[in-house]
Amino acid sequence: MSGPKSALSQPKLDPRTAPAFPKAAHNLLRDAQLRKNVHHATSVIQNKRARVVSELPDWEQLRVAGQRIREHTMAHLDAYLEQFEQNCTRAGGIVHWARNAEEARQIVVHLAQQAIQENAQPAPEILKIKSMTTEEIGLNGALEAAGIRPYETDLAELIIQLGHDKPSHIVVPALHKNRQQIHEIFRREMNLPNLGSSPEDLADAARLFLREKFLRVATAISGANFLIAETGGVCIVESEGNGRMCLTLPRTLITVAGIDKVIPRFRDLEVFLQLLPRSATGERMNPYNSIWTGVYENDGPRSFHVVLMDNARTSVLADSEGRQTLNCIRCGACQNICPVYRETGGHAYGSVYAGPIGAILTPQLQQMEHARSLPYASSLCGACYEVCPVRINIPEILVHLRHRVVQHDSKGFGALRPEPIAMKVMSRIFQSESRFRAAQRLARNADRPLARKDKTGKPWIHWLPGMLGGWTQSRDLQALPDQTFREWWEQRNRAEAKTNTSAGGTNGG
Amino acid sequence: MAADARSEILSAIRSANRGATDLTHAELDYAEIPRDYTRHAGLSRDETIALLTERLVDYNAHVFPCGADQLPSAIREALQQHGASHVLIPGDFPRNLLPDGVDVTSDTNLAPAELDRFDAAVTLCTLAVAETGTLVLQGLAGQGRRAATLVPDLHVCVLRVEDIVNTVPEAFDRLASTARRPLTFVSGPSATADIEMTRIKGVHGPRQLYILLVQSLI
Amino acid sequence: MSREGVSLRISLFITCYNDTLFPSTGQAVVRVLERLGHTVDFPAGQTCCGQMHVNTGYWDEALPLVPRFVEQFRDSEAVVVPSSSCVAHMREHYPAMARQLEATGKHPGLAAAVESLLPRVYEFSELLTKRLGVTDLQSLFPHRVTYHASCHGLRVLQLGDGPRSLLECVRGIDLVPLPGLEQCCGFGGTFAIKNPDVSTAMLDEKLEAVLSTNAEIVTACDNSCLMHIHGGLHRRGVPVRTMHIAEILAGDEDSTR
Repeated sequence: MSGPKSALSQPKLDPRTAPAFPKAAHNLLRDAQLRKNVHHATSVIQNKRARVVSELPDWEQLRVAGQRIREHTMAHLDAYLEQFEQNCTRAGGIVHWARNAEEARQIVVHLAQQAIQENAQPAPEILKIKSMTTEEIGLNGALEAAGIRPYETDLAELIIQLGHDKPSHIVVPALHKNRQQIHEIFRREMNLPNLGSSPEDLADAARLFLREKFLRVATAISGANFLIAETGGVCIVESEGNGRMCLTLPRTLITVAGIDKVIPRFRDLEVFLQLLPRSATGERMNPYNSIWTGVYENDGPRSFHVVLMDNARTSVLADSEGRQTLNCIRCGACQNICPVYRETGGHAYGSVYAGPIGAILTPQLQQMEHARSLPYASSLCGACYEVCPVRINIPEILVHLRHRVVQHDSKGFGALRPEPIAMKVMSRIFQSESRFRAAQRLARNADRPLARKDKTGKPWIHWLPGMLGGWTQSRDLQALPDQTFREWWEQRNRAEAKTNTSAGGTNGG
Repeated sequence: MAADARSEILSAIRSANRGATDLTHAELDYAEIPRDYTRHAGLSRDETIALLTERLVDYNAHVFPCGADQLPSAIREALQQHGASHVLIPGDFPRNLLPDGVDVTSDTNLAPAELDRFDAAVTLCTLAVAETGTLVLQGLAGQGRRAATLVPDLHVCVLRVEDIVNTVPEAFDRLASTARRPLTFVSGPSATADIEMTRIKGVHGPRQLYILLVQSLI
Repeated sequence: MSREGVSLRISLFITCYNDTLFPSTGQAVVRVLERLGHTVDFPAGQTCCGQMHVNTGYWDEALPLVPRFVEQFRDSEAVVVPSSSCVAHMREHYPAMARQLEATGKHPGLAAAVESLLPRVYEFSELLTKRLGVTDLQSLFPHRVTYHASCHGLRVLQLGDGPRSLLECVRGIDLVPLPGLEQCCGFGGTFAIKNPDVSTAMLDEKLEAVLSTNAEIVTACDNSCLMHIHGGLHRRGVPVRTMHIAEILAGDEDSTR
């Protein structure tokens, strides 16, 4: 990548090819407009969330219930998935299973082709409701390769699609765009030269552009927010109404869902429909929630398929410290509060899942090689854990994943890199008082040549070599003081002992 | 093969959980989940109505309390305010609630393009949640198909005061026996926050929502 | 005096970086506690709690530091640590580390020893407010000061209003609220050098907030944050200083930087 422009025009959200986080961040940080957009959006939504959460005196109890329901589900996931399959099938749905992204793509493309034919559609097109799961598996690319045109119907995804861009947030994918940028995209791609630029104008344009498709296209693909094992039902949480359009007007509906979307019972929604809207968009309730079970006579699609996908979720489940990652209900609150995400936006994470959840989910869904920089894309401040509605201890998982990265990278010759050597050396130093004191003296002597006196006469360092150079890139460092604390302490003890001896008194300590 | 994928995934889950589970075991553990969150709000009837009204108005929905005998004229008023002349009703909507002289059509499973010709839909609903300003539709008597309350730009919804609950858990208590129905939760007109995080009305779905609040229906 | 009016013997765990870079903080802690009538001791064999290693992914290299810490402090009545991130690390990780070590057979009783010791280990401000029950130390510090809430103290230790209530009692202090005080400063340990660009971007926001208060001094419970903030201020040529909360409570102007 040669500069900020090219870095932004084709963001790489494939962890296998995306640049490591520090490099991606470096480029994105140079985009002042992006930073402004992200600052604004995250500030607004943080405040909204804080306000509606403070209205609920039982928020902590809801979080605990949410966490425990999700943990319970994962511990009994086999039973619940089977129960879901049975109930969904009984109600007229058809359930498919996919081990990985490739299989899921194949199944969905096949079902879509079948539907387009059965529905005698004049053109091979389908409607899509926003689904991070379908982004995760690159479904649109597979559909297009099979000659099927997918129309994104979420306003943000529409903006992304028309702008040839990639999502940067799991709930508000076009958060990194401002009104002017959106206006430009719509004007150009919808061929509306006189389009106004107020948010209302933009929403109107999207409404008209998509309406004719809703009324015409007979096949739709969705994700799912929740799969209800007890009833075989599916729940979708949305704001704009495009979900309702795609779920009720077409003749065929194909739903793609990770196996981690299951909840045990219908009544568990009483918890999640409180946690999710308040955490995701800072509302007491989002405009529309749709729950349907199988197929109905005279209401909605006549043909309904669910594709249950694993795609490494079972390996996350197998990691005793990482498995709480699967509690996630995809609210995005962690992204909104994260001070790192706030500076870089989502594309820096090189994955459809960005921010804190991305930093723990992507490395676990992908092989560690591809996403090894993500667990380090955090200052471990813990704000994400504080806002997570299902109490995922994200900082602890980050530390655990860092350990895995180190274990992975320290195999064989990897152990000879400067960082692991330095860490081993420091560990040895810390295991001995005399070695520690020697190291302190050494450091104090070593920094002498680097120190310069400032205007007040105090010595500061403006440049450090090697790994430590990252510090002095933007910060100064005070030179080591002439005396360590323990040297001072010992000096004071000696002075007191002298005083006590000369006074003839006992040592009072 | 499909069967292979299913058994492989279930097997991987069992291996990760160090054993298979079944619903009987699950039930015991499920009962242990702490549910110390609020179920009931302890508001009086008037407070509940006031709260629902406030929340609905906050979402830019219109709320009109009326007596049961005033319903037909309230419906007429709502339709006129919006300039709606082609009105869609569910086939089993109570005719005695409709005003005279308004062009109504029964939804006989009309195609989407035909639905688009209507300016308004008038329906009943199952219940409303005061705390969140939510209406719940289930396609039960007088409520209509999901598409009927989606395509026309105005939705006039008749809500009985006795069908208002305070909290989301209370709503789920009432909905438990009809959990497999097609459910739609409506909390205000359609909106998006995708443009600079400002909630703006009206992307898809009805841009106008009128709720007629009645004590009871004749 | 403690809440019960008793004089305690308090062991100081200075932490590796305070020992080497910020001895004035340790001196201030000693001064404050002695002024309150307590005795301070300093087990000489102490070195480091292992936080940097664990947080960078080097869990195994940090394991030997757990029995070392226990050995140094097992008989202490109370341990005071002028670094909330170090205490957070110990509370969050030492029990699991101890169990892991004990399972090797080489450290019998370590898990129980850690369990017994940890409740006696306090971050400096929480020692004062929670263990000793004092907020007014009769300190004097007539300067305009703003307080930054270090993340580990805020979220892991749940220090709450403790540090601020201590500062509010200081005579002559002009305590100005810091906008966004709960937002991370961007230090994050090795994060500052592994992700220097983002760390700097986060620091820029913190510095803007600091400058908007017109404070002379920024304070916090962690010198790690302060080192980062001061380093940024100094690079910008801004004369605002940083001081650990202990140094303000010691009411000692000579130790400011």
